[in-house]
Amino acid sequence: MISRRWYERIVEKFLLGSAVAAVLTVFLIGAFVLFEGFPILSAHGLGFLFGREWAPLQGVFGVFPMIVGTFYATFGALILSVPIGLACAVYLAEYAPRWFAEMIRPAVLLLAGIPSVVYGFFGVVVLVPFIMNHFGGWGFSLLAASVVLALMILPTMIGISEDAIRSVPRSYKEGSLALGATHWQTVKKVMLPAARSGLTAAVVLSLGKAAGETMAVLMVAGNVAAIPTSILDPLRTLTANVALEMSYAFGDHTRALFASGVLLLLVVIGLNTLLYLLPKRTGT
Amino acid sequence: MRGGLRVGLRIEEILVRGFLHLSVLVIFGGLGVILGYILYQGLGHVNLEFLLSSPKDMGREGGIFPAIIGTGALVGVALAVAVPMGVFAAVFLTEYARPGRFVRLIHYGVDTLAGVPSIVFGLFGFAFFVIFLGFGWSILSGGLTLACMILPYTIKATEEAIKAVPRDYREASLSLGATRWQTVVRVVLPVAAPGILTGVLLALGKAAGETAAILYTAGTSLHAPTSIMDPTRSLPIHLFILVSEGISFEKAYATASVLVILVLMVNLLAVYLMRIMVAKQRGK
Repeated sequence: MISRRWYERIVEKFLLGSAVAAVLTVFLIGAFVLFEGFPILSAHGLGFLFGREWAPLQGVFGVFPMIVGTFYATFGALILSVPIGLACAVYLAEYAPRWFAEMIRPAVLLLAGIPSVVYGFFGVVVLVPFIMNHFGGWGFSLLAASVVLALMILPTMIGISEDAIRSVPRSYKEGSLALGATHWQTVKKVMLPAARSGLTAAVVLSLGKAAGETMAVLMVAGNVAAIPTSILDPLRTLTANVALEMSYAFGDHTRALFASGVLLLLVVIGLNTLLYLLPKRTGT
Repeated sequence: MRGGLRVGLRIEEILVRGFLHLSVLVIFGGLGVILGYILYQGLGHVNLEFLLSSPKDMGREGGIFPAIIGTGALVGVALAVAVPMGVFAAVFLTEYARPGRFVRLIHYGVDTLAGVPSIVFGLFGFAFFVIFLGFGWSILSGGLTLACMILPYTIKATEEAIKAVPRDYREASLSLGATRWQTVVRVVLPVAAPGILTGVLLALGKAAGETAAILYTAGTSLHAPTSIMDPTRSLPIHLFILVSEGISFEKAYATASVLVILVLMVNLLAVYLMRIMVAKQRGK
């Protein structure tokens, strides 16, 4: 019996170890990326963050254009995908016939699994030529990046928003309808406000996904390291910068790319903390 | 007055419905067009020879056999590490740990890990596996980097599956004198298996489609790997290189088609399993 008890204990410690390993991985990632990037962050500091010139071969590392690029591309994607994604979620949760919603739910899951290079490839062969022919410019642009990103984050946006709307207690809806409100009034004035924290989570997660996306953006954004002045201008994001230059970087250049990785990690940790601070459930 | 208001509301309701329908049509029509277009352009070039022969002239001619082998090997290594670790961690979190600060910390870590951009995993994998541990550009480095990336998904899926196992099962097993670990191995995990498998399949699809995380950890070698320490090139990376270096759009369409079909099949299987599970739970 004693050996059996020991066996149980050892198993428990082993399982604990596996759970801790997941957290340890986060620490390891943070430690290694920070270790490589820190020399640049401490030597250049604000010059790294707000420097407008990125000339790694001359030892000038200013990632401000890339920060702005990431910001523009991400918000462009959100502007396109939040309203339409939310509308789709409302339709699926509230208006769609049951068979249709049950058919679409797995479809959303399937679309979320399409690799990002495939979206990027589609962007290159269809979207970029389309923009060049109809709107002018080079085609590789902020507009192309935003549209591709919007398509990629739609499944996340729809899936989480739909769950949030569905988890609003039934009584809320019935109460509103019983008071004589129309279906849309009920959705607008009761359901959506009650699902607020879930909807916020959907937007925050989509934002994180868009800001961290690499390959698809890299393929359609044109990657000029300058601040875009119109939606038809090319841009370069932080992620694309790393992916493009790691292959030939060495020394301080490599460290500067790791320092960009630190920035991205900080964004992720910030967004995740924000999600933890959101109230978990609405209503009682 | 009131009559006019009612008519206004009815018109609003109709307009809203129209907009909601339109959003669904735009989203799924758009995404359907993307997949359809790629398959339409690519499937004609996919044949047995394409799948089973090596690329020639940088990929301008020949097939994608080494990339298929490389993808399989990378995903195999990733799953071999991430699935046991994820399952053990989830068993600990659901069956052993008391809810509290520690469990919250681990969940926080898992969620953060899930949000880390793939290129940051790439940076970490490069600094840790390739350089620090000296694995070089290899299937091992790439596979372990992918394992870090899919670990949070395997943990979350297993947790969900275990939580869905009814409490009485455990109590019956424990009351028969089984230890906690025996209960987990003989009762809880077998019942949760379809749910865990769903999560594993989704993680598999994610790993198979990943580019940025393995670009600087697994390398871009065009040769079929013969050992786990060999560099390789996965399907998404092959597609990326074909497109970004303008090598061959015909081969790119074909490669994208193979990749899309592969990932869709894996995800469809996952959705199918999920359906079976839900049906089972409803039946009980």
